[in-house]
Amino acid sequence: MNDSKKQNIEEVRLMKGNEAIAHAAVRCGCDGYFGYPITPQSEIMETLMELEPWNTTGMVVLQAESETSSINMVYGGAGCGKRTMTSSSSPGVSLMQEGISYIACAELPCLIVNVMRGGPGLGTIQPSQADYYQSVKGGGHGDYKLITLAPASVQEMADHTVLAFDLAFKYCTPALILADGVIGQMMEKVVLPPFQPRLTEEEIREKYPWATLGKPSSRKPNIITSLSLEAEEMETINLRLQRKYREIEKNEVLFEEFSCEDAEYLVVAFGTTARVCQKAVEMARAEGIKAGLLRPITLFPFPTIAISNYADKVKGMLTVEMSAGQMIDDVKLVVNGRVPVQFYGRMGGIVPSPDEVLKALKEKVVK
Amino acid sequence: MTTNEIISPENLVYTKTKVLNDTPMHYCPGCSHGVVHKLIAEIIEEMDFQDKTIGIAPVGCAVFAYKYLDIDWQQAAHGRAPALATAVKRLLPDRLVFTYQGDGDLAAIGTAETIHAANRGENIAIIFINNGIYGMTGGQMAPTTLLGMKSSTSPNGRTAPLNGNPLDITKLLAQLEGTCYVTRQSVHNVASVRKTKKAIRKAFENSMEGKGTSVVEVVSTCNSGWKLSPAASNDWMVENMFPAYPICDLKDL
Repeated sequence: MNDSKKQNIEEVRLMKGNEAIAHAAVRCGCDGYFGYPITPQSEIMETLMELEPWNTTGMVVLQAESETSSINMVYGGAGCGKRTMTSSSSPGVSLMQEGISYIACAELPCLIVNVMRGGPGLGTIQPSQADYYQSVKGGGHGDYKLITLAPASVQEMADHTVLAFDLAFKYCTPALILADGVIGQMMEKVVLPPFQPRLTEEEIREKYPWATLGKPSSRKPNIITSLSLEAEEMETINLRLQRKYREIEKNEVLFEEFSCEDAEYLVVAFGTTARVCQKAVEMARAEGIKAGLLRPITLFPFPTIAISNYADKVKGMLTVEMSAGQMIDDVKLVVNGRVPVQFYGRMGGIVPSPDEVLKALKEKVVK
Repeated sequence: MTTNEIISPENLVYTKTKVLNDTPMHYCPGCSHGVVHKLIAEIIEEMDFQDKTIGIAPVGCAVFAYKYLDIDWQQAAHGRAPALATAVKRLLPDRLVFTYQGDGDLAAIGTAETIHAANRGENIAIIFINNGIYGMTGGQMAPTTLLGMKSSTSPNGRTAPLNGNPLDITKLLAQLEGTCYVTRQSVHNVASVRKTKKAIRKAFENSMEGKGTSVVEVVSTCNSGWKLSPAASNDWMVENMFPAYPICDLKDL
């Protein structure tokens, strides 16, 4: 076996979703991770601390005193044009909302990972998807959006880490990986992304001329701020943000379809729930029910056109979520009454079973 | 002699540092902010650090500090400046990174960020303007408002049972392992301005030498918030603020 083959084989690893994010971050040239422990995502920082990337790539890893501090450290690093990230779980991400709003307005690229657990309040450490609203409808104050990726496998935890950074820097806006406790904790095979070096300071100065790296005499000061007291100026900033979000909606939608070609009934689900629903769709097909699954991979931008097309083809839809029903609002907005859109969900950390989903499909949609 | 004849190089006795630009400051006449801004600008020029400095502006009256000093700036959310500074300095260790914060920003909403950055010994300088009142929002009670002092949210004077005690956060910061230099200064007369300049310079040099966190508190006036003339504010500060916040080095390693 030659060396390159051997190396490639070694790249297939068995690990947790949380660990995959840590490895992928180091490999994709991340400059800094700032976080605060919270279950079920603490393995991200634990893995980074074990990897000691400051000795290899020079990446900074720091445990902050709170999620509030972590997200503001991310702001500081992102303002320097560095690839910075943080991770947390639902209650911690609530604490970060102030900082996320500032980062969005200051148009800084960064990565935020939310490995969701059940809420509200301190809730449970079991998996949930009840932070959908918070993730795609704003979360913090003001009109802003986060590019929101919803991984459904350990492989996607790694892939989305790279993708999220790329999209964040492409649009100068924060990107969010919205996973849940199942994806964070389960172990699967994963092919880690190839190593890419961190950008040099010269490269950052060239690619991101807005970065605060120190003002050479050749340019004016760079100022990272989200403040504009003049209403006209603040509206201009808002209009620019909205134009950016429309561009993202036009260019960056990702989704996956399963058994959809001849489907009469469409199940819509993301993340862990989509995996459960895939099994339910297989079971439905075995019983002769023509069901299909559409899995949004990007929650913002939402796959509106794809779902809208199915609204003209299918007899009904079922949205399945680990929440009281949040994404269903967006599905209904797209469908706009053309076919019935029903909901099945579990809360408080319960993962629905394929049997439950199939039963709901038959009772609520197929009838 | 005409004005134009007077304006000649041989008559030049003072020139403004180029790091301070010509934007008119929004600060009230008599406010201490302008003096401290100028000192920071002069020190950056004297250290030849204009291209190596990143300032972190607060929320409060100094939110627009970035308009006046020609260096790169980041403007933080209220109280979060030390968190931003932590990341900037760790990612750019050879840069001079300082925060500029008021008492509400540093000692109320940002207490956790301040204490933990200082306790980690981040190699940053914290410039702390303490005038015992919230200036920007219109004169509300600050964590450092003195007992008996009136503000719009303690209109009959601060009392400990109703409003809690004033917080001497600088004393607290001096106790932490991570701080190397903690000092309290003022800018109400020429001698104090000169001493404050030396203190800020030392704080900046400490940061570059990797000694840990330096904190320079500047006990300041807020004549509009205190409802006093600039001159009367200075007198009131000497008489009332200095006994509670004595001018001295609290720590110098």
